Amino acid sequence: MGCLSLYLACLMKKFWWKILGVAMVLFSIIFGLLGKVPALPILNESIRNLYFHVPMWFAMILLLLVAFIFSIISLNKGTQKADLRANELTNSAIFLGVMGLLTGMIWATFTWGKPWTNDPKLNSVAIGMLIYLGYIILRQAIEDREKRARVSAVFNIFAFPIFVVLIFVLPRIEDSLHPGNGGNPGFNTYDLDNNMRPIFYMAVFGWTLIGVWISELRSRIRNIEYHIEENE
Amino acid sequence: MNKLFTLLALFLISVSSAFAEADVEMAFDMRSNGKIYVVVAVLATIFTGLAIFLFLLDRRISKLEKQHNIDND
Repeated sequence: MGCLSLYLACLMKKFWWKILGVAMVLFSIIFGLLGKVPALPILNESIRNLYFHVPMWFAMILLLLVAFIFSIISLNKGTQKADLRANELTNSAIFLGVMGLLTGMIWATFTWGKPWTNDPKLNSVAIGMLIYLGYIILRQAIEDREKRARVSAVFNIFAFPIFVVLIFVLPRIEDSLHPGNGGNPGFNTYDLDNNMRPIFYMAVFGWTLIGVWISELRSRIRNIEYHIEENE
Repeated sequence: MNKLFTLLALFLISVSSAFAEADVEMAFDMRSNGKIYVVVAVLATIFTGLAIFLFLLDRRISKLEKQHNIDND
């Protein structure tokens, strides 16, 4: 029994944030489906997508932010580990972005009438995704490891602020179908129902933690691969 | 004049709230007959399974790191 609790304590020390992330997403799945939501026309029950579609984007941005920080570290210190982390965080973020696009298209089909409206947010997200696809291609194009690390870190450092502007600033200038866009978002603070808010934030941070976890696993695998290559 | 204005405002507010509550179709039945819990349970199981899968993958990678003497930080 004592052995088990020691094992669990050891587990918690190493895995606590991973377990937290899983618990948060689990919470959002359970209460996202069962919780009380406002009855709004057109949206109907699909308002629950707020717990699943929107966190994809929020988690993407947070992962890109962490990747941005690791890119700076990678440029500063030139360590391979920071480069791998930045790269894998960006990859996971792009994956979440693709999921966000796909789920958004499903949602839009049933609420806005078609999968792709010429909403300013959609268009700027499309540009933003292309920038990050450019990042993937750039990394594949450069063979030399150190050069690749430096060039892609610089690219990432420039890409992140552009992406933030594209997603959060430009859509506010024009009218948008997305809530909180078009005009001053300060007036829309009551858009998000108070019952929904905690579940939504749980989902955002839960998915972010899981994204960081998966990125960590991927960068560790690549680190092992490099290690094996170097010692051959 | 002022009173009239207040009255008008009150009227407008009550009308708009009446509109807001006008039958928006929500899945009340889905929840009241209880079966939605089944779906929630299924989703929770799938997600927990995925989490355990990730967790095992994590341990396997740790083992590989130990084999190759890579410190993971």
